[in-house]
Order: sequence, then C-alpha cells, then structure tokens
Amino acid sequence: MLTIQDILETNRMIQENNLDVRTITMGISLRDCAHPDMKTFCQNVYDKITKTAQHLVKVGEDIEAEYGIPIINKRISVTPIAIAAESCHTDTYVPVAHALDKAAKAVGVNFIGGFSALVEKGYTRGDRILIKSIPQALMETERVCSSVNLGSTKTGINMDCVREMGEIVKKCAELTKDNNAVACSKLVIFCNVPQDNPFMAGAFHGVGEPEKVINVGVSGPGVVKRALEDVKGQDFSVVAETIKKTAFKITRVGQLVAQEASRRLDVPFGIVDLSLAPTPAVGDSVAYILEEMGLESCGAPGTTAALALLNDAVKKGGLMASSHVGGLSGAFIPVSEDAGMIAAVERGSLSLEKLEAMTCVCSVGLDMIVVPGDTSAATLSGIIADEAAIGMINNKTTAVRLIPAPGTKVGDKVEFGGLFGYCPAMPVSKFKSDDFIARGGRIPAPIRSLTN
Amino acid sequence: MKVVVTVVGQDRVGIIAKVSDILAKHSVNILNINQNIVNGFFNMALIADMENSSINLKDLQKSLSVLGQELGLDIKAQHEDIFQIMHRI
Repeated sequence: MLTIQDILETNRMIQENNLDVRTITMGISLRDCAHPDMKTFCQNVYDKITKTAQHLVKVGEDIEAEYGIPIINKRISVTPIAIAAESCHTDTYVPVAHALDKAAKAVGVNFIGGFSALVEKGYTRGDRILIKSIPQALMETERVCSSVNLGSTKTGINMDCVREMGEIVKKCAELTKDNNAVACSKLVIFCNVPQDNPFMAGAFHGVGEPEKVINVGVSGPGVVKRALEDVKGQDFSVVAETIKKTAFKITRVGQLVAQEASRRLDVPFGIVDLSLAPTPAVGDSVAYILEEMGLESCGAPGTTAALALLNDAVKKGGLMASSHVGGLSGAFIPVSEDAGMIAAVERGSLSLEKLEAMTCVCSVGLDMIVVPGDTSAATLSGIIADEAAIGMINNKTTAVRLIPAPGTKVGDKVEFGGLFGYCPAMPVSKFKSDDFIARGGRIPAPIRSLTN
Repeated sequence: MKVVVTVVGQDRVGIIAKVSDILAKHSVNILNINQNIVNGFFNMALIADMENSSINLKDLQKSLSVLGQELGLDIKAQHEDIFQIMHRI
C-alpha cells in the first residue's frame, strides 16, 4: 500500500519542483502523401495530419487532469519534408510549410516539426529545395520547426552544407529581424540526429519509424535540484545515486503518460526521452543543479565534470523506468530557456567556449544562444563545424541553434517570450574562419565508424 | 479505478467528515486513510475505490475542489497509478 509520504512526495514534485511531462509528440508518416502536384500534396498532408492527430490535444488534457501531472506541450513530428515532397514539380517548399502550420493550428498543437532534410553525405534535389526554403518558411509560419542533419559518425560531415547553413541562419535572422530573429529559434542544425526525438525544434518522424507513433519527453530539473539539497556536502557517489533515484521516478511518470496516450489514441508507443529540459521558470534549471553540486556559478571550472555526472546518472536512473528509451535522452543546456544559465552568462562565468566543452558531455549542443548581429555566416559555419565534429567523433548527437539577432551587440538582451525565455548576446571569437569554410566537400567518416 | 484524494492546509474541525461525506454521496468507497499534522498543517491522503461510484473522476475533482475553496484547503483527486508507478516497481 502507498504511504502518505510517497503520495505527498509525488505531489510536492509536481507543485513545488515543477515536475511535468514536457511533451507528448505524435509522429506521423507523410510518405503516402507524395504527389507531383504541389497543391494536391499540401492537401494530402493537411488531411492526413488533421485526421491522425485530431484527438491528440484532448487526450493529453484528459491524462493531465486525471493524473494531476501537467503535460506542457502536445506536438506533432512528420516525415522530413525534403523526402515527402521530393516528387512535387516545384522549386520551393514554402507552401508545404503553410500546410503544416494550418494543420498544427487545426488540431491545436503548438509546434509541428519535420520541415527537415538529412544531408550528412550529400544533397538530393529535394534537400536543396528544402534548405533554400527554410528562411521564408520559418518567417511566414508560426508553428513549423525545421532541422537539418549535416553530419554523422557513420558518414562524416557535409561541409558544403555547413557552409550553406551559416548563410541560412543569417538569412533567417535577417528576415525576422523585427521579431527578435525568431526564425532562428525554430531551426536546429544536427550531427547524429535521432529519428524519434519528441523535443522541438529538432523533432521529425524518421524514415525507419512506423506509420504513426507516440513519443514522450519528460522533464524535471527542479526535482533533481531539490533532491540534491538533501545531500549537501556528501561525496559524488551519493550525488550520483540521488540523481539516479530521482530520474527513475521522473521517467516512470513519462512512461505512464506515454502508455496511456498510446492506448487512448490507439497509436503505438515509441519511446520515452529521458531528458532534463529546463524552462525559464524559477527552480526549473539545469544550471542550478550544477551549482547545487558546489559550483559558485555555472561555467566555473568543474562544470563539465558536474554535467557529465548529471547526464550519465539521469540515463542510468531513467533507463530502468521505461521499456523503450530514445530521442535525445540526457540533460539539455539551452541558454535562454534556463534561468540559471542566463544568470551565469550575465555574471560572466559562462562563455561560448565553455558551453562548447559542456556539449561534449550533455545530450545536445549549443542551444538557444544569442550571438552579436554582426557575426558572419562563415563564423556561424565554423561553430557548426566544431559542434558537428564533437558529435561525429564522440558518437553522440550535437546540435546548433544560434541566434545572430541583427543589430545586437554583446550583452544586449533578446527576449523570445514563453518557454524560449531571453538571452544576453554572448561574445564570439573575432578570428575568421572564412577560408576554412570556403573549402567545402566532405570531412571523411572517422575511424570509429568502421565497426563492422 | 482507485483514486488518491489528498488534502493539504490549515487544520480545522471536520475536514475528514466533509471530504468523506462527498465520497459517500457518490458511492466512492474509502479503502485507506492516512493523516498527520505537522506544525498545525493538515496532511491527508486517502485511497478510494471508484468501481461502483455514481460519478466520474472529473466531476469528483470538481466537487472536491469546490469544498477545498470553501474550507481554504488544497484538495485533489488523482488516478492512483501515478503514485504506484513512481514508488513501486
């Protein structure tokens, strides 16, 4: 029988420590929507999404009410549009983005991911059209999210695409300069992208996925921080054990919600993404966990080690709590979405270079970081190349979501609102990478790709 | 289906009576009650069976929430599974 302590602990996690399920994401295949006529294709896409996901939001809200656990987002991911739209006779996929946006609004989800291309080894015609369409698509739509995978451990890095994505990010910023360069916050550039990630902006429905699927992303940095407050000053074995036990509890809730959503929607359960996803809300920060371990401010020497321990313990604890684990799984370190990270940047303890080191041991990469508006496309590409290399060599996912907000200088604050938070522009190296980026071609797959 | 009803707030006379009155009215059968008072703060967790109840969980949540507002207490009813899954393997 449950004890009163168990019951009160669960409710305290939810009410005081911001425990929530961050997202229920329904993956939908659009492979059967293909059509040479763009208008017909868009209609097929709209019809399929609105039919398949018509009950998603309602079911999410029902589960939330019955179990008393907040489910913050209900979202949709679709087959990469570069693949689904490839047979259309067209030179732009912007109309597809509009169809996705309209479908998202019709079913009431706040984001739809999959305006994506996978080009780690090279481009097809559809990939080129999609990437060219990204800036306009993200400017003209509200809920569409885009991602590009340009490298992997198995294939190496597509440096032509690295060069192009620097320019695309600049263009996204320029087109939405009156709206805090919001298009950049909806574009993620990946190496080793997972095909079942439920988190935005990088979610899409991979080609090896079933017709439709339910993936769930959990959260709960506040709960981990609270648990560590009880073991102040104790050694790292105790810290790791405490995080593992807490991650287990958090993930069990995600597993329950995923199974219930899957059953009620009659859509197969895919994975639970074991993530610590912060929000700008006070007490919901990954940086605060690192500081709870004994660092004066996030970014101080020891931060990478603290994050490595945290990331590993979250996975170990979460793994046993769920029957299928996938997605990004680990701690997220988006700067603008984490009150502790923002404070660390403002204090001067957290630099772009330290964040790069942290991305070697966390679940994603340089995420939601504002850089000065005069940062060149080649410099952005250089940063993208560095992150992709970390991912490729370490056999992990890395991603870049940078916002070179036009007119912004170091220290200027850019406000995104809601879960996206705000970020002061961080300094970027003044030394140029232009000739390096201009080379293009492919960085060959590393020796560790030859595992057969 | 089993539900967990939790009541948290300032202690006063008759809290359990009023909560159990609502449950009884709708044929929700109480299986277990745990209650303690810490620094004048009332904490109660009650497990009940809704198998034969004349009300669904959403409506029960509404009635309890109305009572909670009257008494200045936080009263919640949640599906038992969220507690079971978190604390029992």
